[in-house]
Amino acid sequence: MLRVSDLEVVYSAAVLGLRGAELSVARGSIVALLGANGAGKTTLLRAITGLLGYHNARITSGQIELNGSVLNDVAPAAIVRRGVGQAMEGRRIFGELSIEDNLKVGGVSVKDRAAKQQTRDYVFDLFPVLGERRRQQAGYLSGGEQQMLAIGRALMSQPDLLLLDEPSLGLAPLIVTQIRDVIADINKTGTTVLLVEQNAAMALSIADHGYVLENGRVGLSGSARQLREDDSMQALYLGGTIAVSENRS
Amino acid sequence: MDKFLQLFVSGVALGGIYALIALGFVVIYKATGTFNFAQGGFVLLGTYLTYQLAVEWEVNFYLSTLIAVLAMAGVAMLIERTVLRRMMDQPAFTIILVTVGILLFLQQLVPIIWDEPGLRFANPWLGEVVDIGGVSISHANIWTVVYAGVVFGAFALFFKFTRTGIGMQAAALDQEAAAAQGISVARSFQVSWAIAGAVGVLAGVMLTARGGDALTPAIGFVALRALPAMILGGLDSPGGAVVGGVIIGVAEVLTAGYLEYEWLGANFSSVVPYLVLIFVLLFRPSGLFGTKEVERV
Repeated sequence: MLRVSDLEVVYSAAVLGLRGAELSVARGSIVALLGANGAGKTTLLRAITGLLGYHNARITSGQIELNGSVLNDVAPAAIVRRGVGQAMEGRRIFGELSIEDNLKVGGVSVKDRAAKQQTRDYVFDLFPVLGERRRQQAGYLSGGEQQMLAIGRALMSQPDLLLLDEPSLGLAPLIVTQIRDVIADINKTGTTVLLVEQNAAMALSIADHGYVLENGRVGLSGSARQLREDDSMQALYLGGTIAVSENRS
Repeated sequence: MDKFLQLFVSGVALGGIYALIALGFVVIYKATGTFNFAQGGFVLLGTYLTYQLAVEWEVNFYLSTLIAVLAMAGVAMLIERTVLRRMMDQPAFTIILVTVGILLFLQQLVPIIWDEPGLRFANPWLGEVVDIGGVSISHANIWTVVYAGVVFGAFALFFKFTRTGIGMQAAALDQEAAAAQGISVARSFQVSWAIAGAVGVLAGVMLTARGGDALTPAIGFVALRALPAMILGGLDSPGGAVVGGVIIGVAEVLTAGYLEYEWLGANFSSVVPYLVLIFVLLFRPSGLFGTKEVERV
């Protein structure tokens, strides 16, 4: 479904963000993209979603393909219309708008009103708290609730491929488990997920496949099981144990 | 009491004009974070375009206004596309100075195209008044309130219910996050400028009609008198533009009508908007309806 080949990204015409990154995401799968701070995870998502321009960065070589068509020079809005939804790092919800209006923004690329309504109901089923507080200003939600809204907003565009950037960041363990289970549920409906995480244990507990980025290129990749059992992964990212239970429901 | 009511209605109408101009400022500030001084130029050029159509080419006045509204929306979009779009990654101060440049350019351009001083505007309401319960209200004032009401009503519906309007709200808050949701930020900018250009024409036409029938290039600077209305209402609040406009308009007209101290000067009423502004900002620095940012800590 998504193929990234030999991708190089440069910030401010000087700093390399990615140096030949390779990645492939099969339809219907969950793929974990792991790595330390500054490894290039968010840069790769920005490249896929066409948002590099907001950071004075650009693709200097390589290719991003979605369902066989090249995305390199496609505008962000057109990428969303092609079926790529995203919950950004730091949630980036519209704090001054209501929860309902945030979801409306997420569904702006969908023209079919009935389909939009159906997706909104689905989001409220996944995250009942959003439905209960739909008219409240989103800025007053807790961190976990804001993350739920960010994911719900991304779902409103009815994506085939959902990109999630550090959804567990700064959340309590219980909420992390809840978010993880929701991601697994979303995937079960047929939505492909590319999950960027520093919480490798959480990501690998639901992923089919994983990539570890190091200094802008893939240092390690394999099935989630292989990565969980890899010694260097254990030492660097998993602290010797899988910290989140693996009972994927 | 009749005098008060008469002045009050006149003040509300003037406030409606200020509110329209302030809306032009607010909509661009909200979308781009830029303060657009060229708004005065839109008022100026739009009013002269209406004059050209209605007087020189003898097109129906209302149709002339509509054509000028559409034309100025196009001109404003063109300015955004050719000048401002290239400046978006520049510091805000640089962009503001560019808008001042556009204002000065239009201020020079208009007298070159229309070089006769003291043009007569085709004011269809000139001298016409209606008597309501002993209070005389000019047709120009009634039409001003109607125009402003329709524009603000349409604007509120547009922002709340259309995909473009919702997208503009999101882009105003966080451009990158809005783009990530499928909103064309460039289109949001263009629509903001189009709205600013369009409301500038209506404000200019009503401002000229209110003053009688004379049309001079000074109208471009008169438009800047709407600044206190915008700041009073809150820089980023269209609703605030209405309330701010009405408060400033009523204060200005009542002062002109009642204050008779010669030592204050003949044009003291022009200073009143700024005094009201300073007084309100002392207690509400964000204006009456300006956004106070919400952030969890």
